[in-house]
Amino acid sequence: MSYEPLLERMPTTKLPTFADREGVFGAERPRYAEEATFKIHGGCGLMGICDESGTHMSGEVAIRAMAVQRDRGNGLGGGYAGYGIYPEFPDHFCFHMMYHDIKAKEDAEAIFDRYFVVDLAEPMPTRAVKGISDAPLLWRYFLNPDPHKLEGTEMSPEDFIVHTVMLINSSVDGAFVASSGKNMGAFKGVGFPEEIGHYYLLEEYEGHTWVAHNRFPTNTPGWWGGAHPFTLLDWAIVHNGEISSYGINSRYLEAFGYKCTLGTDTEVAAYLFDLMLRRHKLPLELACKALASPLWSEIDRMPAEEQAVMRSLRAVYGPGMLNGPFAIVLGFNGGMVALNDRIKLRPLVAATQGTTVMVASEESAMREVLDAPDRVWMPNAGEPVIARVQGMDWPIHGDLHLSASEVSCAMTGVEESCETAVEVS
Amino acid sequence: MPISLIQPEYKVEIDYDKCHKCGRCVQQCGWGVYSFNERPIPDDSKCRACHRCVTYCPAHCITIRKNDLAYKENEHWNPGLRKAVWRQAESGGVMLTGMGNDKPYRNIFDHLVLDACQVTNPSIDPLREPMELRTYLGRKPDSVEVESDGNGGYRLAEGDDIARNIQLETPIIFSPMSYGSVSLNVHRSLAMAAQRLGTLMNTGEGGLHADLYPYADNVIVQVASGRFGVNPDYLNRGAAMEIKIGQGAKPGIGGHLPGEKINREVSETRMIPQGTDAISPAPHHDIYSIEDLRQLIYSLKEATGYKPVGVKIAAVHNVAAIASGIVRAGADYVYLDGFRGGTGAAPQIIRDHIGIPIEVAIAVVDQRLRDEGIRNQASIIAAGSIRSSADLAKAIALGADVCAIGSAALMALGCHLCQGCHTGSCSWGITTQKPELTRRIDPEWGAERLVNLVHAWSHELQEILGALGVNAVESLRGSRERLRAVGLDQQTCEILGVKPAGL
Amino acid sequence: MTQVKEARTERTGPIEGYLTVEPAVERDGDTVTIEARNVYYKQMNEAVRRAIADGAKRIVLNGVNGQRYIGTGLKGDAHIEVHGTAGNDMAMFMDGPTVEVFGNAQDGVGNTMNAGKVVVHGDAGDVLGYGMRGGKVFIRGDVGYRVGIHMKAYENLVPVMVCGGKSRDFFGEYMAGGMLVLLGMNSTFEGPMVGGYLGTGMHGGEIFLRGQAEPWQIGKECGIFTADEADLERLRPILEEYCEHFGMDIDEVLSVPFTKLVPISHRPYGKLYTYV
Repeated sequence: MSYEPLLERMPTTKLPTFADREGVFGAERPRYAEEATFKIHGGCGLMGICDESGTHMSGEVAIRAMAVQRDRGNGLGGGYAGYGIYPEFPDHFCFHMMYHDIKAKEDAEAIFDRYFVVDLAEPMPTRAVKGISDAPLLWRYFLNPDPHKLEGTEMSPEDFIVHTVMLINSSVDGAFVASSGKNMGAFKGVGFPEEIGHYYLLEEYEGHTWVAHNRFPTNTPGWWGGAHPFTLLDWAIVHNGEISSYGINSRYLEAFGYKCTLGTDTEVAAYLFDLMLRRHKLPLELACKALASPLWSEIDRMPAEEQAVMRSLRAVYGPGMLNGPFAIVLGFNGGMVALNDRIKLRPLVAATQGTTVMVASEESAMREVLDAPDRVWMPNAGEPVIARVQGMDWPIHGDLHLSASEVSCAMTGVEESCETAVEVS
Repeated sequence: MPISLIQPEYKVEIDYDKCHKCGRCVQQCGWGVYSFNERPIPDDSKCRACHRCVTYCPAHCITIRKNDLAYKENEHWNPGLRKAVWRQAESGGVMLTGMGNDKPYRNIFDHLVLDACQVTNPSIDPLREPMELRTYLGRKPDSVEVESDGNGGYRLAEGDDIARNIQLETPIIFSPMSYGSVSLNVHRSLAMAAQRLGTLMNTGEGGLHADLYPYADNVIVQVASGRFGVNPDYLNRGAAMEIKIGQGAKPGIGGHLPGEKINREVSETRMIPQGTDAISPAPHHDIYSIEDLRQLIYSLKEATGYKPVGVKIAAVHNVAAIASGIVRAGADYVYLDGFRGGTGAAPQIIRDHIGIPIEVAIAVVDQRLRDEGIRNQASIIAAGSIRSSADLAKAIALGADVCAIGSAALMALGCHLCQGCHTGSCSWGITTQKPELTRRIDPEWGAERLVNLVHAWSHELQEILGALGVNAVESLRGSRERLRAVGLDQQTCEILGVKPAGL
Repeated sequence: MTQVKEARTERTGPIEGYLTVEPAVERDGDTVTIEARNVYYKQMNEAVRRAIADGAKRIVLNGVNGQRYIGTGLKGDAHIEVHGTAGNDMAMFMDGPTVEVFGNAQDGVGNTMNAGKVVVHGDAGDVLGYGMRGGKVFIRGDVGYRVGIHMKAYENLVPVMVCGGKSRDFFGEYMAGGMLVLLGMNSTFEGPMVGGYLGTGMHGGEIFLRGQAEPWQIGKECGIFTADEADLERLRPILEEYCEHFGMDIDEVLSVPFTKLVPISHRPYGKLYTYV
């Protein structure tokens, strides 16, 4: 009778984590996008805050808002995205990188050196925080595409960036791009959000818009890239809930060239926004109506013209409609949008104070930060809360000539997404 | 008057030569099959083959035959499917039925075999040597911390120990079956048996009747989506609390208690109007995401001084991820109900087509929790029509801590699995509230039969453990190596973590 | 150029540290005051339970912001004042005391509540009074989605909930007993008084609306009536108690006809099933 196979799996001094088993921090170098063999539930808490006048706030406000909502997570993921945080480099793309080891860093930097002009490369400033361990190497780079290299390709700088993100995420083992936008950055990892916030010294950054997330994943620690927000260029999405229509949403998107890897429902939300806003050029309010559609009984009661629009929207985008409980906040240079599902199964409250607009899963998170709000309200099911920063462009990335496949690869770093050569649309 | 297109399923045959004309069958049948005109006259269409009349006929002159009506053969449209269409065309209704999935899906337990020790390792004699079945249900710490007691010895250090675990003398408990779906006498039988056996019964979602208070230390109180009978006393009374998210017979939908079964007492315990249908809401309306479950678990703990809280779910596709989330949300045990699980009432279409087998669910949940290093944080209870001590042993080998029996427990009380529970006219007096029927279960008699069943299975489990060469059930628990698969495809073997026989 | 920042030392403080901070507690006769700012719910609620065990009749919680489970599972007749924003599941399983909130409440107020009273001088969130079995919940302002689901009653155990502002969808869903009242008066919400799926699945109890709802909003299990003299006589004492808490004028409240919704069938799903 052989017990060896049994002994291999028996815990010794340290109980094996998913990370060890899959070699994320084990002998093999991690492919960061491969975490999700299992479906990851997006249970959790979130917040978003935007000062429409463009006045900057310390990242401390996001940390404090998330700390109040600590019980919504389980310490296995927290993350932030801040906008306007790099005023000294307003026109540089900033790459926030996670590296498993030095070799990954060298490989990634080889790409930067070859194709970009890097004006600053430095380790991410961090402090030791109890509860944060197993951090990858964290670096940031302020760069722009090398004009000579860019010229030859006929791409816009944004296209170039996304191609690079795609290249690194899919083929540089052990490297992951956490964010790649201008004058913004994503700060995320495994830990409670307030621990992550203090780890990254967020109180020393100042931005006009912050989104943050507290994750309650049903997967083990180990993959820092798995926390929200999910980013592409300057978009960041945080998501609370579960998209039960994920199966059809992902297949619908595949027909447009997006490749959805298993696991994160958030990615269908991100690609659907990309499809509707960038490729189909739908106004933001209508895109939200397509994603969180009114009920037919409600549409039947609308005035004729509105009814016609809604009916078409639902009929055409039906397979893209997000069903299931969700609250989503989408941040970008220019503002933020918060949206909940069509029968509001997840909590979402909003408040304004002067020019500041804030949303969160719980009112107490907003009260921690806003000492005298003018108005506190609960948005209706399916109705977006929109904040626009004065003087910044709106909508997003109209001139990005990317294929959907390139978009999805860039966000998830999975090679299969990149294999198909897709026509530029 | 339109005639029903549905022919009776059974034919009641009485040998009138032997018949005493005593009328006992008329009185015993709950479905109203018999009328009497000088002799019993059966209406075949009402018969459910529950055998009550057969058992109680003093002359043994009744038998029930299948109505062997010839149907044109059709592998795609079996007679049952045809009848369903006729029935629905007649009524426009959702077909409601009782007990568990009876469709011919492959039974994985029947394709697993157990090991025995020979030559290279001795088996153990359970008749004469210790054979331990004791099991602790609940969250266990990662390690045990001790400190010196000042006298050269040790004591447990402050903090996590197994004080909040529940001690079971055997790894078998009774499944939740609500008061309302079953009679009060059944609940009494289960409670008395649980106390005598040193194990647990479960109130199900119908609340806890006052008659059961003396047995409360052996009762798990359930908090289901209808929150029936839930007040702070109820929560504090039981040995543990269980949040019912779903059950194997009807994953994704709530409990069904047809109005026929809601009499005055059920109405009082559940606090809903008499005679109305109690259809529990499908979700708990305060649980729409995993963090909401955590919120509910801790609200129960806060309300009861941190008694153990378990969560019951149906086995569905992503059961491993859900179970992991549940454990991380603070639950002390996870109750997995496979797709063969029984019920007092469920839409047939849901019962028979939704959910996955419990064998697979146990395997993937156990493995997933081990992969995450959190297997010790919650016990796994497995259920879903566990039929014998063999199923029990195999479930434990796959990774379950404890099995819960529901259908088998009711069968111990006389149930013949006729699937008529939802009508509230159970001839055996089990799934009914009619006083003339419920009095047929004497709680003392019922408790004795349940104790007999569990003792019998426990002894058989001991025999199996002896053959396996172990003398404590924890040495079988999760030991996939003691199972082999016969006639299962490779992928299923991999998912179960069981090798095919021969390897 | 941004300088490289050096790693700092470990930071402690109210955010990471609050998990184990004990609140400051002051006793003055029958009253106990607890300073809850930055205190985790577990320690705060333990302090409340200790105060009650020691015989306090009035407990004042200051600086509350989001702490959960206030009053959860408590028995007796203490009066708890909450100053700030009450966290989720306040008064859940509560069985006797009174909880009064000077501020807004969040989600889950009075969830499966058994007895006692909740008074909120502000708005409340979603899923109030889910499975409520007794006691009273009075909300001054607006409430959210799925309020009063499956409230249930038996003889003299009757839960009562009065919301002074407006509500959203699924108000009174699957009601089995009790009294649910919506006034639409103290509102900062610009939409209709109540949302869709009002009283859907109702099979017991009564819902009273001050004014009217559109027919399309009302669940098909509900019979729609105008509240008559007898109904108003039963409503009056409850509304008087409500008005007293919030300084409102009972005559103004009763100056508009009330709509009453009751189940038209006690067996709304009787025709849904066919028995196999």
